[in-house]
Amino acid sequence: MKKKKAKGLGIGPRRVIAYAVLVLMVFLCLFWFYVLFVNSTRSNGELTRGFSPVPSDNFVTNWKNLMAGTLPVWNGLINSAIVACLSAILSTYFSTMTAYAIHAYNFRLKKAMFTFILMVMMIPTQVTALGFVQLVTKLKLEDSFVPLIVPSIAAPVTFYYLKQYMQSNLPLSLVEAARIDGSGELHTFNMIVLPLMKPAIAVQMIFTFVSSWNNYFIPALILHADKKKTLPILIAQLRSADFLKFDMGQVYIMIVFSILPVIVVYLFLSRSIVGGVAAGGVKG
Amino acid sequence: MNQKTNNKKAVSYNKWGYIFLIPFVVVYVVFQLIPLFTTIYNSFFEHYRSGLTQIGPNFVGFDNYKALLSQGDLLIYFKNTMIMWIMGFVPQIIVSLLLGAWFSDPQLRLKFTNFFKTVIYLPNLIMASAFAMLFFTLFSDSGPMNSILINLGILDQPFKFLSNTWSTRTLIAMMNFLMWFGNTTILLMAGMLGIDTALFEAAEVDGATSTQIFYKITLPLLRPILIYVMITSLIGGLQMFDVPQILTNGSGDPMRSTMTLIMYLNKHLFSKNYGMAGALSVLLFIVTGVLSMIIFKFTKSEND
Amino acid sequence: MKKKMISAVLTAAMLAGMTVGSVLPVSAEAAEEGKVLNIYCWNEEFKSRITDHYPGYEEVDATHGKIGDVDVVWNITPSDDNAYQNNLDEKLLAQADAAADDKIDLFLIEADYALKYVDTEYTMNVADLGITADDLAQQFGYTQDVVTDSNGVLKGVSWQGCPGLLIYNREIAKEVFGSDDPAEVQKAVADWDTFKATAATMKEKGYFMTSTTNDAYRVFSNNVTSKWVDGTTINVDANIKSWVDMSKEMVDAGQTNTYDLWSDDWSKGFYPDGKVFCYFGPAWFYDFSMAGDTEGSIANQGGWATTEGPQGFFWGGTWLCGAAGTDNASLVKDIMLQMTCNADVMTEIAKADGDFVNNKGAMEALSTDESFGDAILGGQNPIGKFLAGIDSIDLSNLSNYDQGCNEEFQAAMKNYFDGNATYEEALEQFYTAVIEKYPELTKPEA
Repeated sequence: MKKKKAKGLGIGPRRVIAYAVLVLMVFLCLFWFYVLFVNSTRSNGELTRGFSPVPSDNFVTNWKNLMAGTLPVWNGLINSAIVACLSAILSTYFSTMTAYAIHAYNFRLKKAMFTFILMVMMIPTQVTALGFVQLVTKLKLEDSFVPLIVPSIAAPVTFYYLKQYMQSNLPLSLVEAARIDGSGELHTFNMIVLPLMKPAIAVQMIFTFVSSWNNYFIPALILHADKKKTLPILIAQLRSADFLKFDMGQVYIMIVFSILPVIVVYLFLSRSIVGGVAAGGVKG
Repeated sequence: MNQKTNNKKAVSYNKWGYIFLIPFVVVYVVFQLIPLFTTIYNSFFEHYRSGLTQIGPNFVGFDNYKALLSQGDLLIYFKNTMIMWIMGFVPQIIVSLLLGAWFSDPQLRLKFTNFFKTVIYLPNLIMASAFAMLFFTLFSDSGPMNSILINLGILDQPFKFLSNTWSTRTLIAMMNFLMWFGNTTILLMAGMLGIDTALFEAAEVDGATSTQIFYKITLPLLRPILIYVMITSLIGGLQMFDVPQILTNGSGDPMRSTMTLIMYLNKHLFSKNYGMAGALSVLLFIVTGVLSMIIFKFTKSEND
Repeated sequence: MKKKMISAVLTAAMLAGMTVGSVLPVSAEAAEEGKVLNIYCWNEEFKSRITDHYPGYEEVDATHGKIGDVDVVWNITPSDDNAYQNNLDEKLLAQADAAADDKIDLFLIEADYALKYVDTEYTMNVADLGITADDLAQQFGYTQDVVTDSNGVLKGVSWQGCPGLLIYNREIAKEVFGSDDPAEVQKAVADWDTFKATAATMKEKGYFMTSTTNDAYRVFSNNVTSKWVDGTTINVDANIKSWVDMSKEMVDAGQTNTYDLWSDDWSKGFYPDGKVFCYFGPAWFYDFSMAGDTEGSIANQGGWATTEGPQGFFWGGTWLCGAAGTDNASLVKDIMLQMTCNADVMTEIAKADGDFVNNKGAMEALSTDESFGDAILGGQNPIGKFLAGIDSIDLSNLSNYDQGCNEEFQAAMKNYFDGNATYEEALEQFYTAVIEKYPELTKPEA
């Protein structure tokens, strides 16, 4: 038994409170997935009736209808996966590189560059959206994934997080040590810095992946060929279907269908964050 | 790789600073800076579409700014945005810090922490539009939330959640909270992972209470990440858009009490009003900049 | 020219019953024209009509088809977030510089924003395509009003008519009026004054007259005597104001609600426990949207019936427009003729897809067809009633700004009905919102 030294609440009650809050939060987090699932088991007619917590029996029917429809659902899945994966990888790799440039080196424009990136971080993304689409049209990059993937290389928010993380967790002595061992700069970055940054990179990978996966506004303006469309566009298309084909049951099952892969990716990446294993290297 | 140990001149390394910045700068200039300059440039012009007819661009100086600032609506939307942001952010940061502290508290020895840590981010995976659809269903007049409240005897007739300013704001704040608190917690936890557990153990041996550990060890070490959370959350808050947009169908009702700055910006995008939208963006940028500066100032420590 | 066209129609009519025909009436002409037909739309409705009913259309995959040696490309952009119009706008503005195979040939529009496109030179005159007044004679007048520009020139065609009726709950009618006969019920809803009186009766018996104030909005907005915009000044028509007054009275008296269309609360009246007496809508509405396939719904039990109601109106519909600069003019013309002027094709559409087709002769024939009784309406054949109401629709007061004005007006007035604002405050918000959308407009002087 541990002796209680702290003033205030003892360990027992504190533990009870902690569990109570955690259980409540878990309920609040998982509840929505249950509702989505229940709605995907209902037919369009049943959904007009309002929410009911008991699942109905149309799950398979909805799925068959979705598959029998003309929407290229599987294509959409592959497209979304390509765009989201490449965005996440490029964004985190190059943001780490940018952060490392600012963190580890001393050069004349360092301060100016850092301030500049912080400033551009404050520009709302909606502001440049229209100009961006015009630019894409001029560059003849419509129906291409390039304008959805490549811009993620310059991600000020991701950069800023990684920069902050380095400040706490990347001692420059390590870099010095690597230099003494004769490691080239790019080599040091790839082999020493990147592994040390793993938890932070995993966090930002998830964020970038999820926001790219769920993005509708820009892709809807750029992708028009059915074979190129990503899942959110297909969902929007289901929702604007004509009355003959309009079917909320299909919409819900499509939402469930498009969430499942993100959950898998998340669970996979989150192991590097919540696994509790701190990255190697020197401590303190 | 077989370069020998000649670190005489730091300069030879420091050129790598520039090299590593190239990808960011090139991509940024092409895909962001060009549209951005057009935005600022446009803010001095009358420039919009009436149907398919292009009006302008005609140079109007600061007229767009004057029009925006003289209406006074902008201040209301700013206030709405800040209110809803604070309503969502305060519980978000409290819960995140609390969870962070509990997860890292060696005395509590919570079980299933990996499960809890994993679950809290899940709501962020649901698209905002899908999330809003669920909220509509649950909080409709004849929906389950009203039935529960009526059955419990708290209400005697359905409450119109979306016809009342404060309940609409609360729903928006709640959605934002649910969607983003896991995100904040993950950011903090990733920061905490970097803290050596030996520090906690040493403090415990020295007889520190868990409160002391939190304030003396966890918080200071988390500072850079906390600043990050504050700044990005403020920026995200000022850019609040999709949740209120979808939940109020773009109207910001009741009587625009939930209209945020970006929703207002979005209104001008309907007519491709590059002039007004540009001016609004510039103003927004200034406001965000000033507020972020204040946070930077407050959080700056002496040795930074 | 004309002879050729008639033979085309005849050939098509002969082919209409068969599946894909291999000999094509248009292929000879199309040879001199572009090899790619680009069609812009926001869903698959028209594509499935073409696939099923246009003679000689071969489907290649979900977004490609072939008519003779011409490749048909379906360019589908969903209408969410205004994405369809944003995309179409950019494409039309770039039409002159686009390569021949990239040019838009045919695009689809809806009534709410029809004039935005129709009243420009980007849309072709139907007459310039070679379609004559004779060809169009069987179409309903209002479907042409929607796509007639400010100079009186017809710029588009539709295969559908979407006239609306008052759809009432038979059970409630029996209980309250002692009869569910349309002629009897019509007496209680013949004009807006009796409609309001009936609403009070309904309330006493524990029923809602309509599910939401917005149900009746179209009926008022289709019967205005002035346009939303006069010059550049926003104008609220007297009839729209009467909708506001009636709605406020009814909401305050608890006879209706302020739900959004398509919300869960709104659709609960599709079931008996929703206690809603009537909805306003066209054929597609009760056939496909009132949960007819769901056990326990009123539609499922055939518990609805239709009557003319206080005034005629329409809801929905899709129009075809030829894009100026098309390199497939004769194919565009043939599609328009086959799909919107050919009585045989249209009868087939009406039977196969349940569309109320835009052809007087075809619909009149169906109005007496016993087999056209609708199970959802308890066996009533409503086509006669639709035909009776359709001529009263007067759309001479459409404007380029209708979509924005109608949407913003209903949204702003909800605040007034809910008690969150006075009428003046709500009106002020409406002006603000409309001017944001259309910066060239001004609000009327007080």
